[in-house]
Amino acid sequence: MKKIMGLAAAALLGFGVIGAEAADKLKVGFIYVGPIGDHGWSYQHNQGRLAIEKEFGDKVETVYIENVSEGPDAERAIERLARDGAGLIFTTSFGFMNPTLKVAQKFPDVKFEHATGYKRSENLSTYSARFYEGRYVIGQMAAKMSKTGTAGYVASVPIPEVVRGINSFMLGAQSVNPDFKVKVVWVNSWYDPGKEADAAKALLDQGADVISQHTDSPAPLQVAEERGAVGFGQASDMIAFAPKAQLTAIVDDWSAYYIRRVQAVLDGTWKSEDVWGGFDKDMVVMAPYTNVPEDVAKEAAAMAEKIRSGEFHPFTGPIFKQDGSEAVGEGIIIDDGTLLGMNWYVKGIDDKLPN
Amino acid sequence: MGAFEAILLTVITAATPLLLAAIGELVVERSGVLNLGVEGMMILGAVMGFAAAQATGSPYVGVLCAMLAGMVLALLFGFLTIHLVANQVATGLALTLLGLGLAGMIGEAFVGRPGVKLQAIEIPVLSDLPVVGRALFGQDLVVYVSLALVAAVSYVLFRTRAGLIIRAVGDNHGSAHALGVSVRKVRYLAVLFGGACAGLAGGYLSLAYTPQWVEGMTAGRGWIALALVVFATWRPLRVLAGAYLFGAVGILQFHAQAHGVGVPSQLLAALPYAATIAVLVIISRNRILTRINTPACLGKPFVPDR
Amino acid sequence: MRLELEKRAEHSTAMALLSPVIALALTLVSGAILFAALGENPAEALYVFFIEPLTASWSLQELVVKATPLILIGVGLAVCYLSNTWNIGGEGQFTAGALAGSVLPILFPDFQTPFTLPLMLLMGIAGGMAWAAIPAFLKVRFGTNEILTSLMLVYIALLLLDWLVRGPWRDPDGYNFPESRIFSDAASLPALADGRMHVGAIFALIAVAALAVVLMKSLKGFEIRVLGQAPRAGRFAGFSQNKMVWFAFLLSGGLAGLAGISEVSGSINQLTPVISPGYGFTAIIVAFLGRLNPIGILFSGLLLALSYLGGEAAQVALGISDKTTRVFQGMLLFYVLACDTLILYRIRLGGPAATGKGA
Repeated sequence: MKKIMGLAAAALLGFGVIGAEAADKLKVGFIYVGPIGDHGWSYQHNQGRLAIEKEFGDKVETVYIENVSEGPDAERAIERLARDGAGLIFTTSFGFMNPTLKVAQKFPDVKFEHATGYKRSENLSTYSARFYEGRYVIGQMAAKMSKTGTAGYVASVPIPEVVRGINSFMLGAQSVNPDFKVKVVWVNSWYDPGKEADAAKALLDQGADVISQHTDSPAPLQVAEERGAVGFGQASDMIAFAPKAQLTAIVDDWSAYYIRRVQAVLDGTWKSEDVWGGFDKDMVVMAPYTNVPEDVAKEAAAMAEKIRSGEFHPFTGPIFKQDGSEAVGEGIIIDDGTLLGMNWYVKGIDDKLPN
Repeated sequence: MGAFEAILLTVITAATPLLLAAIGELVVERSGVLNLGVEGMMILGAVMGFAAAQATGSPYVGVLCAMLAGMVLALLFGFLTIHLVANQVATGLALTLLGLGLAGMIGEAFVGRPGVKLQAIEIPVLSDLPVVGRALFGQDLVVYVSLALVAAVSYVLFRTRAGLIIRAVGDNHGSAHALGVSVRKVRYLAVLFGGACAGLAGGYLSLAYTPQWVEGMTAGRGWIALALVVFATWRPLRVLAGAYLFGAVGILQFHAQAHGVGVPSQLLAALPYAATIAVLVIISRNRILTRINTPACLGKPFVPDR
Repeated sequence: MRLELEKRAEHSTAMALLSPVIALALTLVSGAILFAALGENPAEALYVFFIEPLTASWSLQELVVKATPLILIGVGLAVCYLSNTWNIGGEGQFTAGALAGSVLPILFPDFQTPFTLPLMLLMGIAGGMAWAAIPAFLKVRFGTNEILTSLMLVYIALLLLDWLVRGPWRDPDGYNFPESRIFSDAASLPALADGRMHVGAIFALIAVAALAVVLMKSLKGFEIRVLGQAPRAGRFAGFSQNKMVWFAFLLSGGLAGLAGISEVSGSINQLTPVISPGYGFTAIIVAFLGRLNPIGILFSGLLLALSYLGGEAAQVALGISDKTTRVFQGMLLFYVLACDTLILYRIRLGGPAATGKGA
């Protein structure tokens, strides 16, 4: 019943939307889950939006709505952009998946791109970044730099994306030191500097001397800096916050992707697809290697290059699950479907996943 | 550094912003005013403190500006609720909206910039004491101020004439007025004090706890502070105990996780809240104690009749 | 300048109607100044904020969708506050109601009958009531302060929701992402028009009408007011304070639970880690802004919803940030609250000091 209503609405709308935007300027809309001032996830997407403006100048106009709650408000906000004449809309958080799908069905002439989801349609693409590639590299660096053989991992919320990152980090570390330990603390938030700092402190107090984080603020790095430990930036290069502690950072770089997709719409070649890019598509970029011996930096860069070229995949077997069972055998690479829904730890991680 | 000492150090940092905001609100509520805008005053303090420290290079100027920012919002609240007798609950909530908005606007320029950190002041000899030395005597100025404030508020409220007046205004503003006390002046001063404390708590976040500015960095701490005041049944020393207890449960759950206990993190995160309820139930079984301490005129408007 | 209030002999009806108008005028003037200072055309900005969302059918419907939970929770809270029961845990009761009501479509997805929805709604109401019963019980049995317990229970409910959608209630076909399965049509509240407006809006209207009658015309309404304003007099009249605590909590909890399940079933169609942008807290403002009067709450809920929609419109049309929107909302609320003073008081400027001792 709802669907029929939706179609009726779409038919009613047909004119208004297209008519309103008489100029052939493409309007590109963004929905952010956080404030653009979070200096993390939403901030980086907004950097991508700014890159579009810079690249295309007068040919495009960009609009955004920030701080959109993932609950009931999302559909309204997305629909607002569609009705406002946006021809291409990026919804930049997993929680926007179903609302985006609903609005995409109502507005067949508008193109939608949803980040980190898995539902697609004629006018709805999905895109995401293989951040785990970067995490393998920093896992290796952590094992080389750690004296205690233990890293602390400040994690946000238990979703496959985060679990995959922890596993990749661990696999990287184990390739250097098979006995390496990773301690995980969940802060249940993407974004609470105080709690992130507390978690980092707890990890350092329990013997970790390298901090990795999958939360957005530079607080854990700042703690590492203060305590004489080392760590890795997340989402953006955080070297300014920890000039002595940051070894490198995994930077979310959406600019290249956004520019490509806008170009495709302008060229009339846009079609719905699923892009999961990493080093190869410049969606994941490593910040300069700092505070490490030259050989560590060189090896890290070489590993990143091997992953970029496809010569090596971080999830190449043999890989064992936490309970000792074999996930994949020698030489086999875990397929993307399994990676997408990963909800188990690799062997050696000192934590239990809620199930 | 031993494990206990390390945990104590972390707990103090985590508890200080709660303690500061709560001790300020305690005085406000003792005078009979309920200001639910703590979160708003706190976040404005955080951004103004950060901005001032950036501009001058001095975290101490930052701390002062943070307090001033809290006081400005508190003044606005005071004007509405004390002078115009607007509803305190609604005004406080609106103040939170306003504070969050203003802080976001002001802070836009400061995102991604490292802050100026408030340095620790080690008290000679004492800070070398085993176990508690660094935790108690190797902290920054604001931590010392927070502890001094608890002592001062406790003393002033229960041992001085000024404290008697504040409590009288909170318990029975009609009688206080009849005795010639300016109810509104007392309440203004209390509200301003609360604003300064909340601002200072915010400044502590952006200058000492995590020296940076990101939007929404108070992350609900203002609400916890409000809850602590009730939890403490409006007694300063219990606010101290409550803030440290709340901080400790939060930190210990991180330590439990790092140890690898197989419990869902949501359950652990819920512990401080559940513990608060449990402790409160135990305390409140002594009903007389609770009734004595609750300011009878809390939240009730006062208009001097003539 | 001295500013004094003088109590009116009686509640001014003229001012009761006029004060929102004055507040709106003040807001418009201040808003114009604010927007002009930000380099926007003030007339255009105000139009986008207040008028544009009212010009299209879809946004009118969205307005109703946004206002529905605010009003449902708000009228329940009004009964609490009138009876001097401080329930500030509407958000938790909303969440508990959503969880309880979602048991059917999530655990028994094949149970698709005409009874599914009514059962879900009843379970939602029961869930909200059960969550509200905790602070009520602790208050009545141990005298525990309900402000604190109801607030703490908000956090616990949100974490419970978080755990459920990330763990046991996760969509089995959803690649382990944190969301439940999507509700079947039989478990979704039907829409009322061509947009997203759903039957929940009717529940809100019924709640407003019913409570307006109860509060204004019935003995129960009298009891609520007496116990709220003069508990001792209430006891002499034979009213039980403990029963009132139970009544207020169960009523407001039930309404918040209904709002929760309506929102989930009518608007989101699944459980996700976030199901409310703070409705339970915003509803507190709505309740007071509506002067704890059900009809007033109907309007204040719509007004607040409008300010959210207008804020989004302003972000898109003019690039005005959502921070500015919040400042503007804060301003609007301040003016409305301040102007309400005029209903009970006359304002005198420069009047003599009250008692000789400074004011």
